[in-house]
Amino acid sequence: MLDISDLTIEKAQKLIASKQIKALELTDAYFKRAVKLNPIINSFITITGDAARDQAKKIDDLIANKQPISPLAGIPIGIKDIFSTKGIKTTAASKVLEDYIPPYDATVVTKLKDANAVILGKTNLDAWAHGASGENSDFGAAKNPYDLERVPGGSSSGSASATAANQVLAATSTDTGGSTRQPASFCNVVGLKPTYGRVSRYGTVAMASSLDTMGHITKTIYDNALMLNTTAGYDPMDATSSTKKSEDYTKDIEKVPKGLKLGLPKEYIDGLDDKIKNVITSAAKKLEKLGVKIVEVSLPYTKYGVATYYIIQPAEVSSNLARYDGIRYGNKRDAFGPEAKRRIILGTFTLSAGYYDAYYLKAMKVRRLIRDDFINAFKEVDALICPVSPTLPFKLGEKASDPLSMYLADIYTVNINLAGVPALTVPAGFVDDPSTSSGQVLPVGMQIIGPDFSEKLLYQIGYAYEQETKWYETKPKL
Amino acid sequence: MKKQSPQIDIEKVAKLANLALKAEEKATFQKQLEEIINYVSQLGNIDTDNVEPIGHITGLENITRSDEAGPSLSQEDALLNAPKTHNGFFKVDAILEE
Amino acid sequence: MNYEPVIGLEVHVELYTKSKMFCACSADYFGEEPNTHTCPVCLGLPGALPSPNQQAIDWCLEIGLALGTKIANSSKFDRKNYFYPDLAKGYQISQYDLPFCSGGEVTLTNGKKIRITRAHMEEDTGKLTHAKVDGKSVSLIDFNRSGVPLVEIVTEPDFENAREVVEYLKKLQQTVRYLGVSQADMEKGDMRLEPNISLRKKGQKDLPDYKVEVKNINSFKFVEKAINFEISRQAKILDVGELPVQETRGWNEQKNATVSQRSKEEAHDYRYFPEPDIPPFTFTKEQIEKLTKKTPELPAAKLERFKKDYQLSQYDAEILTRDLSSADYFEEATYAGKEAGLTPKQVANIIINKKPDIANILPATLIKNYIAANQTAPVDKTKLEKAIDEVLAQNQKAVEDYKSGKENALMFLLGAVMKKIATKLDANLLKSKLQERLK
Repeated sequence: MLDISDLTIEKAQKLIASKQIKALELTDAYFKRAVKLNPIINSFITITGDAARDQAKKIDDLIANKQPISPLAGIPIGIKDIFSTKGIKTTAASKVLEDYIPPYDATVVTKLKDANAVILGKTNLDAWAHGASGENSDFGAAKNPYDLERVPGGSSSGSASATAANQVLAATSTDTGGSTRQPASFCNVVGLKPTYGRVSRYGTVAMASSLDTMGHITKTIYDNALMLNTTAGYDPMDATSSTKKSEDYTKDIEKVPKGLKLGLPKEYIDGLDDKIKNVITSAAKKLEKLGVKIVEVSLPYTKYGVATYYIIQPAEVSSNLARYDGIRYGNKRDAFGPEAKRRIILGTFTLSAGYYDAYYLKAMKVRRLIRDDFINAFKEVDALICPVSPTLPFKLGEKASDPLSMYLADIYTVNINLAGVPALTVPAGFVDDPSTSSGQVLPVGMQIIGPDFSEKLLYQIGYAYEQETKWYETKPKL
Repeated sequence: MKKQSPQIDIEKVAKLANLALKAEEKATFQKQLEEIINYVSQLGNIDTDNVEPIGHITGLENITRSDEAGPSLSQEDALLNAPKTHNGFFKVDAILEE
Repeated sequence: MNYEPVIGLEVHVELYTKSKMFCACSADYFGEEPNTHTCPVCLGLPGALPSPNQQAIDWCLEIGLALGTKIANSSKFDRKNYFYPDLAKGYQISQYDLPFCSGGEVTLTNGKKIRITRAHMEEDTGKLTHAKVDGKSVSLIDFNRSGVPLVEIVTEPDFENAREVVEYLKKLQQTVRYLGVSQADMEKGDMRLEPNISLRKKGQKDLPDYKVEVKNINSFKFVEKAINFEISRQAKILDVGELPVQETRGWNEQKNATVSQRSKEEAHDYRYFPEPDIPPFTFTKEQIEKLTKKTPELPAAKLERFKKDYQLSQYDAEILTRDLSSADYFEEATYAGKEAGLTPKQVANIIINKKPDIANILPATLIKNYIAANQTAPVDKTKLEKAIDEVLAQNQKAVEDYKSGKENALMFLLGAVMKKIATKLDANLLKSKLQERLK
């Protein structure tokens, strides 16, 4: 039996290309592990074994016929169950769509299929991507592979947990207010929130259209760049996708630009939990040793991020979820879970006559101030580093009853979506949690934030740090 | 924005949102949403008199496609996920209309 | 009646683009099998996004320019949120505070100016039909029409009666047909109108405190009926000292009356906000100038030119410019007629009287046929003079009658000459010759 425990996309791709393993063997190995672990972790809503095997065989045929193959050919991946997949159930983890089978693929899915990636299944999430714990899934919460009593974060709970548990080599994710970065941080994996418009949104169930970005989660920085090489680019089906040409994100990934200056935003450090602060400051020191200059910067409107976000996002949610009327597909509107209903009501209220100016319009003004914060900071520094989450992965059920306190935990992620800029979560270490039994440690990630379309720079910084630390080698005990 | 944040008329808003809420949901939401509204109302303290609302973050403008017709879904695919259909139509209970 | 009607109009014109407003489905759906012109976008499937049709936007601007409106420097789409089973996404992509076109006017023949408030772009909804299936009343939905581009043209409440409304509508119909942007066929639903009607006391300046919107008017015939019905219905209510209810009513063809549409009466709160899926638009002076240059000669300008250049009467010019194809036909026929020695006025008479099948008979052919049919064979001058001499000599009585003022006698003599010659003659020519001789 093939040992897959140490694989990354980079390694697996070399094995396939050099015919040391067949794509089918790789798929079978991941399929078995996905099926075996799913009852424990609940990363997947749907596992697509037969389709995955067919796809793997096709790739083996291509290789046998000496056809050129892409770097993702034969790589088993997960697709967050919010990306439409033609002929494969796409539920958004909501009972509303429990039987919905899309007649088309999301653009990201089309691109990954064209690159011959093997889709192993649809990963779990907070229903409609509403949440930061995975607990809002109507099909059961996913678990954190590093501590099965804890949440993997959300909303891309299954994408992060499946990658961390090595059920897949990568998984797609979305990020509207932190849904890629926070679970990546909780699960010791790499998560990218690209620049708004860098990756097409077409075919992915919309949450908040002006904030939604299509990311992905991988074990390593290099793998992450490989995924973006495939998913990035203009899409005529998404009028908000950027016409700017995408780059080869793996090229020169090992080079850190000379004279690099990074900012530590004080609003993200002041008042931060000591254990998490230690992780971030020691990461900063590591980077200094690599020749990077670190300075303190200020993003004064940071504190208004959550309020701004929880006006704009539910408003757009209320409109985006209006199509679910149970006529053309899906169940009726009473099948929405409590979090979706809460956001629909909140957004309907803030958009309603007499309140629009005070809430939505006001928030769109503050949003500009928040974006200006970042634009100003990037006049002084090349990128920012900061924490992803104010807390460590918390226990299942611990916060579920208080929506406002859940929302407040988005403090370090939502501003990035409001500004539209890209950010990368990189594993930054482990800390022990006093509430766990001895020896249990929990992952902490850090964010690297850059100006619009600076994904390449983020990867270069992340890669340099990763080579020094290799936190990805610390695997969950499963 | 008023300091005192407004009361949400859950009944009315739910109707606008086409959601039928149960009595206990109404009570829970009333309390939770008022907390949230109260929190987000802090934006009222920011001076935004000379700030243009952001609109589109991308800076893109005039994005269009040319007027060319392409293939549509088959009727079968269009109706595939519908709970109720009749002779190629989607079917719903009668909409009362004069 | 002591009241003065105050009428404003909302007209929806469906554009005749190849594809829909926000997707590539064919917009030519009329008479097609239900739900065969749909895709993830116009069915509102999860994840689908709109992609705006450039042609539709250009045409909306062309309509705006034709109505004398100002084109916005910057504009955008907005979402209009409401629930109805024929509305796939639970919102309609429309325009709220920054329409593409605003502030124009249309002049009626009585000289009155109707102010155009705005013209904006939006998407059509699906179509609901009501039926009984297995004994149960149901509504059936076809989304073929969903997403077809619509231009909504709104006027100020400047109309005073149904006649003015009809004239405006005909002008509007003529204009969009001239532009070639819509079939504008009311029966097919290409052009739909919603008048809002209220009454005020004669001489009162302020607008009334209510208005009644009337929907479902799908032919010119019903426009007048519906408006006149509403005027007398509201007058009766006002007569007894009450105020008509502000509401939406529908024209009911069977009842020959407007009927309250209570189902649409729920308080609307459309919760408009800027469409986040479509970046905004800016229109530069150059872009607008380019469109203006592309705009063909419009009905009013053509009418004036026909009167001036071809010396046509108002009546003739109106008939000939009613639609673009007959105007073009006339101009081509005039060109052919000139070579055959016909004046534009004569050509106009030929077209108006003969009503040729302009789709199948070329203008040059029409003129050729006309000349052939009225061909006067060359007649030997002396032979003709001789015939006239003989006829006048043989019909002394008729000559006397004519000279004493009996016009009919001339026609008798004319017929006699024709008979004698036995060839076709230009009657007018012969007539003047006879008149000459009988002086």
